[in-house]
Amino acid sequence: MAADAPPARERPQLVCPAGSLRALQMAVDAGADAVYLGLKDATNARNFAGLNFDDAQVREGVRYAHARGREVLMALNTYVDARDPGPWQRAVDRAAELGADALIVADIAVLADVQRRHPQLRRHLSVQASATTWEAIEFYRERYGIQRAVLPRVLTLPQVQHTIRHTRAQIEVFGFGSLCVMVEGRCALSSYATGQSPNTAGVCSPPAAVRWEDTPAGVEARLGGVLIDRLAPGEPRGYPTLCKGRFVVDGERDYAIEEPTSLNTLALLPQLLAAGVSAIKIEGRQRSPAYVAEVTQVWRQAIDQAASAARYAVQPGWTAALARWAEGQQHTLGAYDRPWR
Amino acid sequence: MPSPRPFGLTVGPLPYWWPRAATIAFYADVADGPADTVVLGETVCSRRHEFKLADWLAMAVELASAGKQVVLATQALVTSEAELRTLRQVCEQDHFAVEAGDASALAVLGRAQAARRGRPPFVVGPHINVYSRAALEEVAPLGAATWVPPLELPLDAVARVNPPADRVRGPAGPVVTEAFAFGRMPLAFSARCFTARHHRLKKDECDFRCRDDADGLLLLTTEGRPFLVLNGIQTQSAALHCLIGARPALQAAGVTRLRLSPCSRGFTRVLALFDGVFNGDAAADAALAELQSLGLPGALVDGFARRRAGMQTLSA
Repeated sequence: MAADAPPARERPQLVCPAGSLRALQMAVDAGADAVYLGLKDATNARNFAGLNFDDAQVREGVRYAHARGREVLMALNTYVDARDPGPWQRAVDRAAELGADALIVADIAVLADVQRRHPQLRRHLSVQASATTWEAIEFYRERYGIQRAVLPRVLTLPQVQHTIRHTRAQIEVFGFGSLCVMVEGRCALSSYATGQSPNTAGVCSPPAAVRWEDTPAGVEARLGGVLIDRLAPGEPRGYPTLCKGRFVVDGERDYAIEEPTSLNTLALLPQLLAAGVSAIKIEGRQRSPAYVAEVTQVWRQAIDQAASAARYAVQPGWTAALARWAEGQQHTLGAYDRPWR
Repeated sequence: MPSPRPFGLTVGPLPYWWPRAATIAFYADVADGPADTVVLGETVCSRRHEFKLADWLAMAVELASAGKQVVLATQALVTSEAELRTLRQVCEQDHFAVEAGDASALAVLGRAQAARRGRPPFVVGPHINVYSRAALEEVAPLGAATWVPPLELPLDAVARVNPPADRVRGPAGPVVTEAFAFGRMPLAFSARCFTARHHRLKKDECDFRCRDDADGLLLLTTEGRPFLVLNGIQTQSAALHCLIGARPALQAAGVTRLRLSPCSRGFTRVLALFDGVFNGDAAADAALAELQSLGLPGALVDGFARRRAGMQTLSA
C-alpha cells in the first residue's frame, strides 16, 4: 500500500459486544455493523457464568443480524488446552455450521485448523494474539490468511497509522470500554494469583477467586488470598481486577500499576478514520444489554458524523452517556495519546 | 554442540538494567561457571542504552570464545519501527542463534531461514504463545530447535506438547524443551513504564530510574506481603520460581534444558547448586536449603509447574 495515499474516509465497521441474545439484538437495533459473541465454554476470553451463547442462540443471533444486513463474529480467542484440543476444533466447526461471518482467533494452532478445514471461513486475528507490529500482522496474514487484525491497546496513534500503512490486513482498534493495562495475550498476573488466566481459561481475576471481607481496617478485596485493595468507608467498590488494585511501593500506597479507568477514543475518531482504520471495537461482552444499546447508539452517531460531516465534534450528550458506563467514572485516551509519554 | 550432561543449563536474558561494570562482572562469572548456554540482549526496554546491540555482540563473541553457546534475544514487546530495525539486525545476523520474543521475530526469522539454509536454528521464547502441540508444530518448521514454554504452562501440559518419546521436529531435528527453572518470573508487559510512573516521570524522560533497582522495584500488598516487581514496562513476580526439587517431573515432561534467570546476589552459587542436583549427585533438599540461605530477593515458589497459582510456595 502506498504510504502517501490520500487519507481514507471509509466508514469503519462498528463492532459491538454481545454476551447474550438480548444484547445482540439491542446492539443490532442500535446500529452495530457487526456483533461479536462467544460460546458457553473456555474457548473465548469472557468465560463467565450466565454469559455467552449456545448453538440455538447463535443460530437465532445470526438470523437476526443477517436479516438486517449485519455480521456476526465469533470470538475463539483463548489458547488450546494441550490436554484436549476438542472444544476449540468443535467451536471452529460450529462457527462454520451456524453461519458466523468470521472467527476472531488468537492461537496459531486454531488459525491453522480453520485454514485447513474451513478455508472459506474468514479469520480475524484477536487482540489476544498480541500482534503489536505490522511484521507480526503480516506474518499471520501471509501464513494463515487473516483478513483483519485487532490491535492491542498499547500503540500510539502514530504507531497505529504506521501499522496500517505497512499491512494489507484490515485493522480494528478498540474505541471504548474497560482497559487492559498490559499487552493482551501476554499477561500471566491472573494465573500467578489464581491459577486461571485469559489465555488458559478465558478469565482474568476470576470471580470464584474473589473474596470481600469487612474488617476493622475497612472492606478488603482479596484475589486468591492476595489483598488487592482495602477501601475506606464510603469509597466505591470496584471489581478487584489484579492490576487495578492499590499496592505499596517504596512506602507509598497507591494504584501502583494503573487507576481504574475506561478507554474512550471519541475525541480521536477523525484521526482514526483518516488513518484508515477498518473497524472500531466496543469492549464489554460481560456488560448488560442496556450498556450495549446505549454505547452502540453513541458510537453509531459519532462514526456517522465523523465519516460524513466536514466538522466533527464530540457531543456533550455522548460524553455524558458514556460516562455513566465507564469503569471508575473516568475516561482516558489510553496509549493512543499517552500523556505519560 | 550437544551437552553430554543430562540437563543443559541456560542463563536467561538479564531482565534488569545494571551498570555497565556490574553487567560485565556478571558475565565474567557466567563465563567461568557451569552454564553451557547464555541468552544475551535487551528484552525489556529499548531506552536502556548502557549496553547497545554492538556491546551485546561483543559480549557474545567473548562468551563464545569461553566455550559458551550464545543466543541473542529479541525484545518481547515491540511497538515502534526503530525497535523493529533492531529486531531485524538481531534476526538477520548469522553468527549466533536467536531467541524470538514475539511474532515479529518469527516473521523475520522465518524469512531469513528460508533465504539461507544452514543458519543457526532459533529458540521459541517464553513470550511466544505456544500452549499446545499443534501450535509448536506450526512454529518449529520455521527453523526452531528449542522451545521455552510460557511461564504459566504446567509441566503436565509441557509433556503433552513435546513428549520425550515423540518430539515435535524442526528442520534441525527434534525440538528441545527448555523450562524456566529459576528466578523472578516475567508475568506481563505494558506500553507504560511503571517504574517511571512510580517516580512520577514520563516514559521518554524517565531518568533511567530502573537502574536504581538491581532486582526490580518491589510491590507489596497493603498488608506488607511482597507480591510483584515493577521492572520498567515489565511486571515480574516478587517470588522466584524454583524447580530445583522437580528433577523427576522435569525429566518425565521431556525437559532437557533449564533456564535460570539472573538476580543480583548469589547467582553464581545458584548455577552451581542446579548443576550439582541436575548433572551431579547432589541432594535436592540440601541444595534447596542452601538456596534459601543465600539472601535471594524473594521467596521460592513453583505453583505454575503444578497447575496451581504461580505464587504457591514449593511443594513439600
